[in-house]
Amino acid sequence: MTTQLHVDHFIDAKGMMCPMPIITLKKMWKDVAPGQIVAIAATDQGARRDIPTWAEATGNRLLETNEEQGVLTFYLQKTA
Amino acid sequence: MTAPTTSREHMTLSLDMEQLIRERVDELAAERVTKIVDDKIAEAMKKDPAKQKVAIIASKGTLDMAYPPLILATAAAAMDMEVEIFFTFYGLDIIKKGQADRLKVAPIANPAMPVPMPNIIGMLPGMTPLASWMMKSLYFGKHNVATVGELLDQCKDLGVKLIACQMTMDVLGYKREELLDEVEVAGAATFLAFASQAHTTLFV
Repeated sequence: MTTQLHVDHFIDAKGMMCPMPIITLKKMWKDVAPGQIVAIAATDQGARRDIPTWAEATGNRLLETNEEQGVLTFYLQKTA
Repeated sequence: MTAPTTSREHMTLSLDMEQLIRERVDELAAERVTKIVDDKIAEAMKKDPAKQKVAIIASKGTLDMAYPPLILATAAAAMDMEVEIFFTFYGLDIIKKGQADRLKVAPIANPAMPVPMPNIIGMLPGMTPLASWMMKSLYFGKHNVATVGELLDQCKDLGVKLIACQMTMDVLGYKREELLDEVEVAGAATFLAFASQAHTTLFV
């Protein structure tokens, strides 16, 4: 991680398989205020492409991605 | 000392100059117009409502074939798309009350099973339940994939519209009350009216 982000919500999607990580994101998104940052941790390798695609499709911003011991963490900002 | 230029030379020079300027202006204009048109097309495509709609036909009632329409439908709904699934023929079994987690997969004539089974063994009594159990527990279950029932619940939560085909219900003998409460019953025209407005239309 290069910067320290202030994370407002954390989703633990470890162990979830496609399409559950994006469904979980979608369902909690209504509780996220504009500008807030959500971190989601996933172990499904499909998430590597799917979460950035989800962010693009829904008009939200992917700030950062990192990978540590097989766990992918995505930092998303609600911009839509 | 340079020789004084004649008026004739002046004329040729300015004509060449004018030609060059014209060509360059045309080039720049073409570039600019192309950019404007491209931007407008991209903008219009972003607003295209058909881009945000997915129409799926679920025509099969086996455990393996129940997954693709439900996974794609829930994923699309999670991406803010409007989704309809039209259940027809054996696909009706997926939306039969209490049936979602009882769907089966047959090992017979299925050379792609994770543990391939010779057809002569696949035809024996008990082999279809065995293969179904294996798929549910050893493969999907072990990898923590949502069950068909869970995916149907997600469809409901995410507002995926489930439509049962009236004609095949009548032919195959499904009663309305046997199907999930959230299901709507309609015909081919209803599906086509929606599908004709959706860029993504899939037959499973």
